Amino acid sequence: MTLLVDVHHRQGDFEIATSFESSGRLTAIFGPSGSGKTSITNMISGLLRPDSGRIEVDGKVFVDANAGIFVPPHRRRIGYVFQDARLFPHLNVEQNLKYGRWFTPRRERYTDLDRITSLLGISHLLARKPASLSGGETQRVAIGRALLASPKLLLMDEPLASLDDARKDQILPYIERLRDELEIPVVYVSHSIAEVARLATDIVVLSAGHVVLAGPTADIMRRPDLLPIEEQGESGSVLAATVEGHDERYAMTALSTSAGRVLVPALDAAIGAKLGLRIRARDVMIAVRRPEGLSALNVLPGRIVSASASGSTQIQIEIACGQANILSRITRQSYDALGLAVGRDVFAVIKTVSFDRPNLALGTHRDGSF
Amino acid sequence: MHLTPEEWTAIHLSLKVAFWAMVGSLPVGICVAMLLARKEFWGKSIVNGIVHLPLVLPPVVTGYLLLITFGKRGPVGAFLADYFGIVFSFRWTGAALACAVMGFPLMVRAIRLSVEAVDRKLEAAASTLGASRLWVFATVTLPLILPGIIAGMVLSFAKAMGEFGATITFVSNIPGETQTLPSAIYTFTQVPGGDAGAMRLTLISIIIAMGALVASEYLARQAGRRLIVE
Repeated sequence: MTLLVDVHHRQGDFEIATSFESSGRLTAIFGPSGSGKTSITNMISGLLRPDSGRIEVDGKVFVDANAGIFVPPHRRRIGYVFQDARLFPHLNVEQNLKYGRWFTPRRERYTDLDRITSLLGISHLLARKPASLSGGETQRVAIGRALLASPKLLLMDEPLASLDDARKDQILPYIERLRDELEIPVVYVSHSIAEVARLATDIVVLSAGHVVLAGPTADIMRRPDLLPIEEQGESGSVLAATVEGHDERYAMTALSTSAGRVLVPALDAAIGAKLGLRIRARDVMIAVRRPEGLSALNVLPGRIVSASASGSTQIQIEIACGQANILSRITRQSYDALGLAVGRDVFAVIKTVSFDRPNLALGTHRDGSF
Repeated sequence: MHLTPEEWTAIHLSLKVAFWAMVGSLPVGICVAMLLARKEFWGKSIVNGIVHLPLVLPPVVTGYLLLITFGKRGPVGAFLADYFGIVFSFRWTGAALACAVMGFPLMVRAIRLSVEAVDRKLEAAASTLGASRLWVFATVTLPLILPGIIAGMVLSFAKAMGEFGATITFVSNIPGETQTLPSAIYTFTQVPGGDAGAMRLTLISIIIAMGALVASEYLARQAGRRLIVE
């Protein structure tokens, strides 16, 4: 799937001039509130007509202002999961789920009710009315309803924004499953870097209606300067990892990564399973000698390949460990006290407990962007 | 209570006139309510004014306007009679037309309010699921405005049952053709010894009006239950 967006649109004082192309399996549109994320998904779905520009999905032209082309939303076959779910209040869950299916030609249906309801864990809700569902159930039904229309592209506009953290953790695995098990490309809108880093194969960073940067997740996550202030601490490196083994006694899992062997809290994943491992730069300490008498379990030898000031206090260091590069953020004071410099051999030290659940993205990223 | 054949005729005619006035104005009422609630167009306030005019004009004036427009020699009446064979003047169909016009503003108001209460985001969601505008209207908008439609129908029916001024001006007071319950009651009060007949028909009017109210309450509750509870 390739998604091409090149649009210009003015809404009062707010101007959107956005251009990006993505062929990722899950493309995240990331930016603070008011950066124009929802306007762009509305344009992709056809609910908003841009003043000018072009939108293509898989070579199909949906909008071409110059040629006067505008395909209405019901002819686009683009599923849309709204932030506010928008289930039909006069229909029960089953009728809501089947609504879009009805308008899909039989030979183009690739999903069926049983598969989707078991994928999303909503089989027991079919007879209920939307008003009686909890927030998490409502969003899962909304996702199911969009999927059952057999869309060619799925848009998700902050589907977890109205949920608390516990509910988010319940739904994230379902989104990972549909990314990995169904062959539907997804465009996922979010202002949460943890969600984006966990789910996305590609990221489009948006600010005030303009694209700041677009590219594979691992590349974008290295750039704290691109993230909003409150999320800068979330930046870091993303490594491809394979489950190597489990230690039941201490409830830990060993991963083999391109940077070496890494121990993380026990994962419910089979040996050989692939996943993406996010290491926040602020969680990585640097030692000039192999440390002894230290509680941290992950010590990876490497060599400093670059160092750049990040603000007035901090410095971001890139360490080549094995086949991968790991980012570390330390104070400038420590950098000078340890006498660090580009080319010096060091050890990257990472506490196992810093790998909380959002940093472990289960699932194979087949396009290799992790 | 014993009713004379003439009284039965008046009751039967009143119900027939009110029913057709309600059913006939419903599609137009829904369209006008949608138009007024959803669209901005030049002359909207004029359309709105015309729709509400029967509410504020003396019914006699409305009846007279109908007479000169839809009467045998009126421009619209002559056209309809010549090309379609539809005659309104001094027929029960004319009474139904007069009642429909008088009840129209009430019907449009009720439906318009419910249209304005519909969350248009639900319609947008339906369109992303593949529903064309017509399907969105049939499967989302219409079910959501059903309570408003029922309320509008009941108001229109009740207005038609009580309509007197416009009807008698437009189609006169012909027993068996245009003499509805109010006209019959009026006739009874104009003849000596008609008090008993007037009283009987008054009681019948009250019973029908109460019945319509109870039925509408029930229907609205059924529609509302399908929407909210469960």
